[in-house]
Amino acid sequence: MSTDAVLYDHPGPRARARNRILTVVFGVLLLALLYWIYSKFDDKGQWAVALWKPFTEASTWTGAILPGLKNTLAAALVAMVLSLAFGVIFAVGRLSDHWWLRLPSGVVVEFFRAVPLLLMMFFIFFGIPFVTEEPMSNFWAVVIALTLYNGSVLAEAFRAGVRAVPIGQSEAAYAIGMRKGQVMSQILIPQAARAMLPVIVSQLVVLVKDTALGYIISYSELLQLGVNNLAANFGNVLQASIVAAIIYIAINATLTAAASWLARRTRRSGRVARPATGRSVLVGVGGAGGEAGAGA
Amino acid sequence: MSVFSDPTNRDVYVTGFLWILKLTLASSVCALVLGTLLAAMRVSPVPVLRGFGAAWVNIFRNTPLTLIVFFCYFGLYSTLGFTTSNDLELNNYWLGVVGLSVYTAAFVCEAIRSGINTVPAGQAEAARAIGMTFRQTLTSIVLPQAGRAVIAPLGSIFIALAKNATIVGTIGLMESSNAMKQLINDNGNAVFAIFFVFAGTFAVVLIPTGYGFGWLADRLAVKR
Repeated sequence: MSTDAVLYDHPGPRARARNRILTVVFGVLLLALLYWIYSKFDDKGQWAVALWKPFTEASTWTGAILPGLKNTLAAALVAMVLSLAFGVIFAVGRLSDHWWLRLPSGVVVEFFRAVPLLLMMFFIFFGIPFVTEEPMSNFWAVVIALTLYNGSVLAEAFRAGVRAVPIGQSEAAYAIGMRKGQVMSQILIPQAARAMLPVIVSQLVVLVKDTALGYIISYSELLQLGVNNLAANFGNVLQASIVAAIIYIAINATLTAAASWLARRTRRSGRVARPATGRSVLVGVGGAGGEAGAGA
Repeated sequence: MSVFSDPTNRDVYVTGFLWILKLTLASSVCALVLGTLLAAMRVSPVPVLRGFGAAWVNIFRNTPLTLIVFFCYFGLYSTLGFTTSNDLELNNYWLGVVGLSVYTAAFVCEAIRSGINTVPAGQAEAARAIGMTFRQTLTSIVLPQAGRAVIAPLGSIFIALAKNATIVGTIGLMESSNAMKQLINDNGNAVFAIFFVFAGTFAVVLIPTGYGFGWLADRLAVKR
């Protein structure tokens, strides 16, 4: 492990003995912690079979969890497609030679990255109906808010990626007579997308997690159907939350694993532009939960 | 803007952002302490600690914050009976701080760990070669370089934390997003003005903060 190489000498006999003692001490502490959690659950009767049993019955899954999961994934997929499109359009806008395109694109991207998603969602769901005088569908409130936020973060990722493509690439493209639009769409964007793949996928993980905000405006997603409604029937909010958390973790771990597989693949091909090193570009205000920061 | 000339409405706005400020401050301190501890665990030579740190990060980073905050209220408080204060509002506030902290700590941990990883192994090897002790290597060679590499990611984590603080509204705290919702419902004729004041407050504070962290990170970056 690289961190070991930086921080420690190779352990000698004394260090090994010390590590063994620490392992035992912390192992015991960890077991004590687990027992403490177990006994807290026990005190409140949270191990009762009636609370866990619903999860072994098919009706719980087909009636609550799976429909919720379906709606979560539906909102996430639509928002992913829309925010990728939004991201490309506004990245190109911000890289434009014309100030009247560059400036508004910059304002839009910076603004939507700085506004909390929940604030955006409340405005779309509760505010817009006052203006249009028609009720807002909560599906579209979730999708539009997710698109504006994640699209703006992705726009910055694409922009950083485009700027990291070596200048020779676009010079060569101009030299063989390509137009500006062609250079962008056929030379720069494809290379930027590959270079920024890890950032893009970690933003998609953020997007999946953020669909849970739909619960607050009563969109019937996993948290709403699989935890809130289920717990109303069985009084097992603790158990339902744990099951839902496991489902979210499984989805996101799959996405992350797919991302690192793709990153290994693109690195192996060796034809990818050097990933952007311009840290400051990615600091900004993006990255719900700091994912973009941590993922970059 | 007439909405905000009414003192009651102004009060709703101010209280909303004060909660966000308090949530952000308390949670960033807790998350920084907890995250640093977790990072120390993840790079420690003790496998049990490494496993604990890794489990923490994988669990909390991949769970929606909404679910974590929901769990803090309905699981920890309603079901298991953890209370942090007799005052209902303060109780919700601290439950929110717990949720935000355990979630953000996972990101802080990863940022610090990758900061340590940016220090080339040769630096520590050279330090040992000239006879520095473990403590000297750590405090005068590795950590100063790692600390500078961590500024940019930590900056975006804290900015995200400030925005995520709105999610504590889920458990009934009148923070800015709930405040905005209330004002919108009471003043249907001024929804755009209300939205732009609330969103604008976040933008005006967070955009310069983001550039500030970026500037600081560039300025302090280790030139290699």
